Amino acid sequence: MIPHDTGHLWSSVRERASADGIRWLKETSEAVNLNPGAIAAAFPAVGREVGRMTLDPLADPDDPHAWRLDDAGRALLLVAIGDRAGEEIGELYRHGDANERRGVLRALPLLPVGDSAVPLVKDAIRTNDTNLIVAALGPYAIERLDDAALAQAVLKCVFVGVRISPLDGLEDRTTPEMARMLADYAHERIAAERDVPAEVWPVIERFPPEEEIEAIFSELDHPIAARRHAAERALRDSHLLRSRDANI
Amino acid sequence: MRIFDPHVHMTSRTTDDYEAMAASGVRAIVEPAFWLGQPRTSVDSFVDYFNGLLGWERFRASQFGISHHCAIGLNPKEANDDRLREEVLAILPRYLAKDGVVAVGEIGFDSMTAGEEAALEAQLALALEHDLPVLVHTPHRDKLAGTRRTLEIVADSGVPPELVVVDHNNELTVAEVVESGCWAGFTIYPFTKMDEHRFVRVAEEFGTERILVNSAADWGISDPLKVSKTANAMLDAGFSDDEIDRVVWRNPVEFFGHSGRLMLDEPDADRAATFEGNSVLRGERPAG
Repeated sequence: MIPHDTGHLWSSVRERASADGIRWLKETSEAVNLNPGAIAAAFPAVGREVGRMTLDPLADPDDPHAWRLDDAGRALLLVAIGDRAGEEIGELYRHGDANERRGVLRALPLLPVGDSAVPLVKDAIRTNDTNLIVAALGPYAIERLDDAALAQAVLKCVFVGVRISPLDGLEDRTTPEMARMLADYAHERIAAERDVPAEVWPVIERFPPEEEIEAIFSELDHPIAARRHAAERALRDSHLLRSRDANI
Repeated sequence: MRIFDPHVHMTSRTTDDYEAMAASGVRAIVEPAFWLGQPRTSVDSFVDYFNGLLGWERFRASQFGISHHCAIGLNPKEANDDRLREEVLAILPRYLAKDGVVAVGEIGFDSMTAGEEAALEAQLALALEHDLPVLVHTPHRDKLAGTRRTLEIVADSGVPPELVVVDHNNELTVAEVVESGCWAGFTIYPFTKMDEHRFVRVAEEFGTERILVNSAADWGISDPLKVSKTANAMLDAGFSDDEIDRVVWRNPVEFFGHSGRLMLDEPDADRAATFEGNSVLRGERPAG
C-alpha cells in the first residue's frame, strides 16, 4: 500500500496509532508549521512518539515495501512545513539515521520540492540498505530518474533481493535496455546453476531481447545437467517457452 | 542462552563475526563510538561515522537477527585535537536525540590531559540534558589514578551514578567503582585487560549486581565471543543460570533501558513492562 495523499496518510495514522501518538503528531505538525527549524529535533523522535507498526495490519514488518507509522508521521511533519520542506530535507537526510532517511525519501512525492531531491534519491540507491533502496524508488524517483539510472536501480533491487513488482509506475517506465539487463541477469543466474526470481519475466517479456533469450534457451541443452535444470526451473515461470513452442 | 554484549565495535568486524555471535546467543549489542586506530582530521568524518553506526551497521546486524544500538560521543584520544573537539561536541546534540542511541559514549580519559577532561565534562552535561546513560572508558595506562579522577568528575557532574558504567575494570579498580554506585564494566580480552577466569573470581567476590561484561571487540586483537565464553566460565565455576542471565542479559537491559530507547526484537514481557518507553520493533502493542 502506497499512501498517495495527505488525507490518506492521516486516516491511516488515525487507524493505527495510539491516542497519545496522534495528539503528539497533530501538535508537532502545528509547531513545525509555525517554526520549520523545530523539525530537526522532532524528526528523530517520530518512531518513539507515534510508533513503528506497519500501516497495513497484514503487512510483514520486515518487508521494506511496507509503509510504517513512523514513515507516515515523518511525511506528515514535512508536509506541515509546506514551502520550507525543500530547505530542511537536505540536512534531515544528511544527519538522519536509516529510518529518518527513509522518512524523507517516502515523503518526496507529497512535497513541493520539484527535482531538487533527485540527488538524495540517487544517494540512497547507491547504498546497500534495502530499506533505503526501496524508500528511494517511490513514485518521485520513478517519474524523475532517467532510463539508464532507473534500469540500474531495478537491476540492483533484483540483485539484492528486493521485490520489484510493488514498485509503483514501473510498468510504464520499462525500456528495452532494462529488459535486456534483466535477461542477461537471468542467464547469469542459470549459468551459475541458481534460481531466477519469477518477477523478472514480466519486464523481460515486455521487450524480449532476441539474442539474450536465445542464450537462455541454449542453456536447456547445456552439457552440465545442473545448468539444464536451472534453465528449466527458471523458464517454467515465464511465458517465453510456451510462446516459442507455439511458434514452432 | 540470550546474550547482550554492551560494548562491541562491530564496524571493525566481519559478517562471519555476526554469524558466530548470533550462534553463541547474542541477540542485542551496543556499539559505542570510538576512534578508528587512525586519527580523523575533520568533523565530517565523524558525521559519516555516526551515520554509519545508525544506518549501515544497524542494517548489517539485523541481517543476523541482532538488535544493534549505539552510544554516541567523542572519544578521549581525539578529544585532544582542540579544533575537532569543539566541532564534534557541537554536532552531538543532533545525534543524541536519535532512536537506538542508548548512551553517551565512550568518553573518559586516555592520557589525562586538559582536553580530555574538558570533553568528558561537556559530554556528562549532555547526558544530563538528554537523560541518557553514560559509558565511560578508563585508561590503559595509569588505570587506578585515571579511574579515581573519572569517579570524581562523574560525582561532580550531577549525573546519577546508576546511569554511569565505568568500563575496562580490573582487580585493582573494581572496589572503588562499585563503592561509588556506578556500574562496573569488564572487558574480556584474549591477552590484556581481563580474562574470563579472572572475571569469575571478581564476580565471586563482588557479586553480579551492577556488573556488565563485554567483548569490546574492535580492530585489535579481541574476540567477539568473549561474553559467551565468560558465561561458560561462570557456569563451570558454579554460578546458576539465573545469575548468568542477569550478567549477560538483564543487567545491560536494565542499564541501557534507562534511555527508553532499546529496540529489542524478542522482548521478555516482564522487562518490557519494567522499562516502559523502550520500543519493541516486532511486538509493538497495537493501538486502542
